[in-house]
Amino acid sequence: MSETRHPHPSEVTPESIYVNRRTFIKRASLAGIGGSLVAGGVWARQKNAPRVEGTFDDDLTPWETVTGYNNFYEFGTGKSDPKKNAQDFRTDPWAVEVTGEVREKRTFPLEELIDGLTIEERIYRMRCVEGWSMVIPWNGFMLKDLIERLGPTEDANYIEFTTLLDRQQMPGQNSPILPWPYVEALRMDEAMHPLTILATGVYGKDLPPQNGAPIRLVVPWKYGFKGAKSIVKIRFTKRQPRTTWNEAIPREYGFYANVNPDVDHPRWSQATERRLGEFFRRDTLMFNGYGEVASLYEGMDLRKYY
Amino acid sequence: MAPRAKRRDRIPAFKSLVWMASLAPVAVLADRIFLFGQFTGGAFVDDPVELIQHWTGMAAMIFLFLTLSITPLRRLTGINTSQRFRRLLGLFSFFYASLHVFSYFIFDQRMQLGPIAEDVLERNWILVGFLAWILLIPLAVTSTGGWIRRLGGKRWNRLHRLIYPAAVLIVLHFIWQTKVLEMEPLIYAGILVVLLAGRWWVRRRT
Repeated sequence: MSETRHPHPSEVTPESIYVNRRTFIKRASLAGIGGSLVAGGVWARQKNAPRVEGTFDDDLTPWETVTGYNNFYEFGTGKSDPKKNAQDFRTDPWAVEVTGEVREKRTFPLEELIDGLTIEERIYRMRCVEGWSMVIPWNGFMLKDLIERLGPTEDANYIEFTTLLDRQQMPGQNSPILPWPYVEALRMDEAMHPLTILATGVYGKDLPPQNGAPIRLVVPWKYGFKGAKSIVKIRFTKRQPRTTWNEAIPREYGFYANVNPDVDHPRWSQATERRLGEFFRRDTLMFNGYGEVASLYEGMDLRKYY
Repeated sequence: MAPRAKRRDRIPAFKSLVWMASLAPVAVLADRIFLFGQFTGGAFVDDPVELIQHWTGMAAMIFLFLTLSITPLRRLTGINTSQRFRRLLGLFSFFYASLHVFSYFIFDQRMQLGPIAEDVLERNWILVGFLAWILLIPLAVTSTGGWIRRLGGKRWNRLHRLIYPAAVLIVLHFIWQTKVLEMEPLIYAGILVVLLAGRWWVRRRT
């Protein structure tokens, strides 16, 4: 499940066309008009559409939704705000400061930081803590490859990611909804897990600014807010870092934030989710369906460490 | 005699206009979701269920407010025609409220009674919305001429005062469903306060 091998979506048909057709088919058939409106060729296309290997019906979420329905409060709290407000965001040049419990402590130009790392496509489910989900074809590299290159010290138990603080370019940072800049962190064994990636692209293209350009964290078994965007600082620490949502509302957002259908958010159930574009909610899977990470949390009370 | 007959003739035409306007939200929703906004514009709909729930909820509330403004409108302008549409507008409010509630039953809860009961009882904002819909049911049922005769005008009027608590609960539902306190629900709360306070003021004067 961790690596996918199939034609890249952009090699098949421009994604906006096929996903729209498929979305249309889904909605048309729900309305009971599918048969009369949809020609055979479109059905064939639906069958050829890429799927996540070895899993149920995980169709890719359309490009429009992946890049137009975003939680990125630095650019506004509305779902369509980031796309609207992030278009002039400058990501070149970009530098990332590496600091803390690590051998090579300095600021890297982004190209140098990721030079030589293998970029691959990872199709991951993304479950938002708010109760909706997507399936996203990321392009990125394993965080563990970068960590091994940087050489953390023996005392590095956690890795912390900080988003750019720039009130001019990120208008959302002018309102005190969250303590800026945005900070997220992982335990070192979570960061070293082969499912954890730093993404630089989506749908075979460079990350659009609203998705966290030029580089962002993706941890598919955790709620989406763990995925820090537009990263400018990576710090290795001995103690568990303070993270933004946990600091803002600790009762509702934990440090771990593992997707867990059995542990409800104080204000809503986490047992089900709406895959964007679908009408009926589906069951949420433990660890978002990535059961291979369960061993990381053996013996931990996941109700306490939510 | 002649002008009166003419006046009557206008009513069916006006009535069909009201019907068309009242069903417009359904048409727009269908176009946005199934035809990608071909006729009404609008962006790609990422989450159709959210759109349905937002539109039907807003429509239910707005039609309830329209229903409540018919009587003050008559008092202010002396136009009586609008009175004929009070029950129609009230029924449309119930129609949209029912679409709203059933979209939650069906899409969010897959009609499973256990989870529905749990959700309704556990979460205040769902509970008040649900209660508002329950209050509207007897009003919709007794909206026919037959029921008015059967109950008698006085009792019918008294029963239909349930619209006031229903309106208050709907606005509460709207305020509580947002994550942080937002402006829009407060504006609707303000409109309701004006509609209710106006009645209280008129009653006190007479």
